[in-house]
Amino acid sequence: MEQNFIRKLIFDEKTRALLIQTLVIGIFAVLIYLVTKQTAYNLEKRGIGTGFEFLNIAAGYDISISLIPYDSNDTHLRAYFVGLLNTLMIAVCGCFLATIMGFLVGIIRLSSNWLFRNIAYVYVEFTRNVPVLLQIILYYTILLHLPKVKQSIIIFDSFYLSNRGLFSPAPIFKDGFSVVIGSLIVMIIFTFFLKKFLKKKQELTGKQYPIFLINSALIIFIPIIFYYLMGMPLEFDHPVMKGFNFKGGMVIRPEFLGMLFGLSIYTAAFISETVRSGIISVSKCQREAAQAIGLKANFIMRLIIIPQALRVIIPPLTSQYLNLTKNSSLGIAIGYADLVHGFGGISLNQTGKAIEIMLIVMSTYLTISLTISFFMNLYNKAVQFKGNI
Amino acid sequence: MTPNTSPYLSPNKMLNWSKKNLFSSWVNTIMTVIALIFLYEVGTFFLNWAIFKADFINNFRGETITDRTFCSKNIEVGQHGACWAIIFVRFHQFMYGFYPVEEAWRVNLVYAFLPFALIGVLFDKLPLRRVFLYFTFAFPFIAYFMLYGGPGLSVVATNKWGGLLVTLFLGVTGIALAFPLSILLALGRRSNMPIVKSICVVFIEFIRGVPLITLLFTANVMLPLFLPEGVKPDNLLRALVAVTLFQSAYMAEAIRGGLQAIPKGQIEAAQSLGLNYWQTTRKIILPQALKIAIPPIVNTCIGLFKDTSLVLIIGLFDLLGIGRAALSDITWTKLYYEVYVFVSLIFFIFCFGMSRYSLYLEKKLKTDNS
Repeated sequence: MEQNFIRKLIFDEKTRALLIQTLVIGIFAVLIYLVTKQTAYNLEKRGIGTGFEFLNIAAGYDISISLIPYDSNDTHLRAYFVGLLNTLMIAVCGCFLATIMGFLVGIIRLSSNWLFRNIAYVYVEFTRNVPVLLQIILYYTILLHLPKVKQSIIIFDSFYLSNRGLFSPAPIFKDGFSVVIGSLIVMIIFTFFLKKFLKKKQELTGKQYPIFLINSALIIFIPIIFYYLMGMPLEFDHPVMKGFNFKGGMVIRPEFLGMLFGLSIYTAAFISETVRSGIISVSKCQREAAQAIGLKANFIMRLIIIPQALRVIIPPLTSQYLNLTKNSSLGIAIGYADLVHGFGGISLNQTGKAIEIMLIVMSTYLTISLTISFFMNLYNKAVQFKGNI
Repeated sequence: MTPNTSPYLSPNKMLNWSKKNLFSSWVNTIMTVIALIFLYEVGTFFLNWAIFKADFINNFRGETITDRTFCSKNIEVGQHGACWAIIFVRFHQFMYGFYPVEEAWRVNLVYAFLPFALIGVLFDKLPLRRVFLYFTFAFPFIAYFMLYGGPGLSVVATNKWGGLLVTLFLGVTGIALAFPLSILLALGRRSNMPIVKSICVVFIEFIRGVPLITLLFTANVMLPLFLPEGVKPDNLLRALVAVTLFQSAYMAEAIRGGLQAIPKGQIEAAQSLGLNYWQTTRKIILPQALKIAIPPIVNTCIGLFKDTSLVLIIGLFDLLGIGRAALSDITWTKLYYEVYVFVSLIFFIFCFGMSRYSLYLEKKLKTDNS
């Protein structure tokens, strides 16, 4: 009987699985118990309490870049939101710029011009084989050693680039501008349905409509007409040199620019590779078949090549966006006030609530990552093959 | 008309080539001209800065270099040539950190034998591969003894390590420790046991969802809280724990890709021969899956090697950290570009080498299968 039981434990698959899992749970439970006990003891000894009350205490430090009003009397909770918004801001801007640059470089890498192709290749190899942190620090250093404010580099008469960042005119919205924005949104929704309607009509009658032209005309001109009707409710506040600094306008700080350049130049190299392999993956016969039925070059690109290339490009592109977002946490190295720098760094040092703060920071990043992959998966489903799977 | 098949470069062939690749149309010609101007501008600027107008060590022969004033041409950064003196003067730090000068031979010995430890793993058709693999397994212990010290050798605490030593230590050890862990995670993720599977999934997705810097912070701040009082892991070890966990999650996903590529028939065939789970996994599944997964694994290794530079944020002195420390020295300020270019060059050499190796493997695997 006893021998039979042991035999069963070792040789019967189901019993063995049960045994292994019980063991795993047991080990985990013991580990967690030991760690919690030890941590509680250590915390008590150091006089650090647990709990999230610290979020309502005044933070007591300033944050250089903030999208919402913030000063040092505000709470740690508000500091958290300031940092979160800064993280999201750099992630969105970085993804946007990296996508544009990545597609451009990816297409250049397939150019028929040998020199262009190889310059792009050298760019890709050099940027993706050097740590992104090093690149961020390098670009930030270059930005900090631009000419002083008095000798700013002037771009288009209204932008001033200096070692204190990029000074640019700030838009001032007067009442009535919301009407212009409203008309823009209405137009975007309207063109969406118009596109569907015209497509259906084209399928029924075979007549082609210049959908893209009509829609872009609607989106551009209708808001412009409203803009003039409302009496031009938009003005610019130009930065003016006063004493040792600029007055007025708005400034994009070198920390932000350094992060933006570092993240997007680095990620663009990876994106360009996925774009290149995506376009290569579309078989040559597809292009030839399209030519054979008499499609024009830009139609071949738009209707045949790009939709099929996107299927290959989207999944790796998603992981590049995720990487860029996670790499935005490197802002701490150059003092960009993101989530890790302010809340995860200064707040942690002030309150000593390491466990709570790291928990909040990590779950925030997890949420951001999961959200990005959720939306990219939706988009991925939309561009994948339909019907045959 | 027969195509010119001569393997030698003839003027005719070069003309044909450039006609096809550089001047095939008007647009192409304009692009070529733009590219040439761009190359000339960037090339002359960089070469002037790095070589022709730069100060090398022989410009200071006979003098002891103490500070930046020896770089005569380099008073205004960015307008004149580079001053490479900072690299020469601080070369020891870049390579070994604050390792005692008289003990540096120990690090050199480890550097010298590292290729022999790797070669057996990297190339499968090597003669005497078995011997090299034995050496590979012995190497970590030898290296630890040489670097840290022990009986017969003076102890060099890890807070004295720095520069390339720390970068290589974290990179190589992190990868070596993460490899077995990642195989277990990948197998666990595909396991039929719901509890084992969910633990692996949660671990992998959690690590992949957060930035490495938060893991480093956690290891740095929280590891001492978790452990009993007497146990105080030093900073390098804490960073190593974070790096290893991080790498194992990414590597596990690469290996899972390889596992998924193995047809189910292979498992069924093995089972019908009477092999049990571990025999099937060890003798049938893993050899095939790992072979497919090697290129993506190497890619995660490149990523990790670059990411070791993050440890400077928690106060360790890796290559980049040593570079930053050199710049904060008041006598050597303003030589940013020299330091950053040098450090990027070292990273580039290692990472580019790894990516070439991954390409070589991909090519080899392609021919093996066809």
